[in-house]
Amino acid sequence: MLQVNDIHTYYGHIHALKGITFYVSQGEIVTLIGANGAGKSTTLNTISGILKPRTGSVLLEGAPIHTKPAHKVTGLGVCQAPEGRKIFARLTVRENLEMGAYTRKDKAAIQEDMERVLELFPRLGERLHQPGGTLSGGEQQMLAIGRALMSRPRLLLLDEPSMGLAPLLVEQIFRIIQDINKQGTTILLVEQNAQMALAIAHRGYVLETGMIALEGTAKELREDPQVRAAYLGAT
Amino acid sequence: MEATTSKKLSNRSRFNLGSIASMLVAVVVGAFIVWRVGLVITTKHYPMSLWGLQLANGLVLGGVYALLALGYTLVYGILFMINFAHGDVMMIGAYAGFFSLQWLKSQGLVETQPVFSLLFVLFVGMIVAMIVGIVLERLAYRPLRHAPRLVPLISAIGASIFLEQAALRIFGPKLRVYTKPPLIQGGWDIGSTGIFVTRTGVLIMVMSLLMMIGLYVMIQYTKVGKAMRAVAEDQQTAALMGVDVDQVIVFTFALGSFLGGAAGVMLGFHNGQVDFMVGFIPGLKAFTAAVLGGIGNVPGAMFGGVFLGLAESLGPTALGIPSQYKDVIAFSLLVLVLIFRPTGLLGEILSEKKA
Repeated sequence: MLQVNDIHTYYGHIHALKGITFYVSQGEIVTLIGANGAGKSTTLNTISGILKPRTGSVLLEGAPIHTKPAHKVTGLGVCQAPEGRKIFARLTVRENLEMGAYTRKDKAAIQEDMERVLELFPRLGERLHQPGGTLSGGEQQMLAIGRALMSRPRLLLLDEPSMGLAPLLVEQIFRIIQDINKQGTTILLVEQNAQMALAIAHRGYVLETGMIALEGTAKELREDPQVRAAYLGAT
Repeated sequence: MEATTSKKLSNRSRFNLGSIASMLVAVVVGAFIVWRVGLVITTKHYPMSLWGLQLANGLVLGGVYALLALGYTLVYGILFMINFAHGDVMMIGAYAGFFSLQWLKSQGLVETQPVFSLLFVLFVGMIVAMIVGIVLERLAYRPLRHAPRLVPLISAIGASIFLEQAALRIFGPKLRVYTKPPLIQGGWDIGSTGIFVTRTGVLIMVMSLLMMIGLYVMIQYTKVGKAMRAVAEDQQTAALMGVDVDQVIVFTFALGSFLGGAAGVMLGFHNGQVDFMVGFIPGLKAFTAAVLGGIGNVPGAMFGGVFLGLAESLGPTALGIPSQYKDVIAFSLLVLVLIFRPTGLLGEILSEKKA
């Protein structure tokens, strides 16, 4: 479904991604794990079109999307719930969700998806008319995921959904991510919490300093001694 | 731990110095106002009709300022840039209105189709101003989108001077007289109060009120309005949601200039004349109004505009000073608001967003 070919992305003179290649197949949860600064978010933003790769290509079902601006990429069915949630603090919860469906024109289906999202996250339903900025961290994360779902993405990009949340809440959010996947959305998950990510993902890639250091199925990565030592905190 | 304590202390001492200075300003200004107003109340017994007249005048002026202030605030809300050329965009709109009025008159349409011709003049002024606003964004501001914030500001001042000088070369230095169509000549006496309101004044108040309501509804409830608010908060995330940020920015400029054009035509009717500098002072005033209400805050701009209009018209009478001092009052208000409430009378938007 998504094929990323040898992308090199720069911030000015800083060479952030040094040739990343990976793929995501229909129906999968694929995770990118790695330490701070490994290039995980940069990779997601390159796919989203916020950053442009200097060389390499990003193909969505065979068609290049790395040449398109971010708002066009969203229209093609790739939506990101960004790192730090980035909800619109002064828009109400409902307006935030409506912004997620910005590229769509099918009003009836948008309403259906709104109901589906509220079913997924009942807490958002209680806060529908509150400004997004008044939500707690966990609720904001739910809103960010719900907002991305409102675009009815074929591929959902999640950037650190566990960041700053209590462990119980993280489990809840990851269960919901799994549910979303079972309902047919392909997911690319960027996480520092490798344990949780590898528990729900089918396959994973380990990023180190802008390169892919390791790849494999989630099970292989969970059992890999290097990964266990570096990311899972096993002794 | 120790570092944070000492930082707090130094902050507090600086705050003290600042607060003493601003308290001093407050006392001086307060004493001045009390003295002058007291003097006026005890020595001069102005008739109620004078106050009523000033009130009506202030509301008219306030409507124009509010429309113009909206242009500043909309653009600031999204780009954090003060579009100093906005007053001159208004001036171009006023000229466009003038020429369309001349044309209508030469065709004799002003007499036969009074309502149509009035709307036509307004419409032409608004459309031409809108086009100027869009071109300005494309040529003077968009190339500098990612430059430091001072750079587009300088570009805006350049654009302002360019528009003024272009209007001087093209239209000449002479005053053009805006003859009012018969429909908005004259006015009404309100009962036996002795208060006289002009038809132009009523038209301006009604039109600006309608436009403000329309704008508010649009920003609050339509899709493009929500997109504007989303872009104002976070351009990158808005783009992730599929919003074409450039398009929204162009739309914002178009909308602000559209309202500015309306303000230009209205001011033309109100003052009865237009020349190439007609946008300069009202532009500064409207900027003041936007800051008064809290720049970036749409209801704030409306409130600030009306507030400033009232302060300008009622202020000189209330303080017992010649009405030529109205500009002094307006800009003193700006200074006072910047000292005591930099985020404006309504709204903390600035601090919230730039924190």
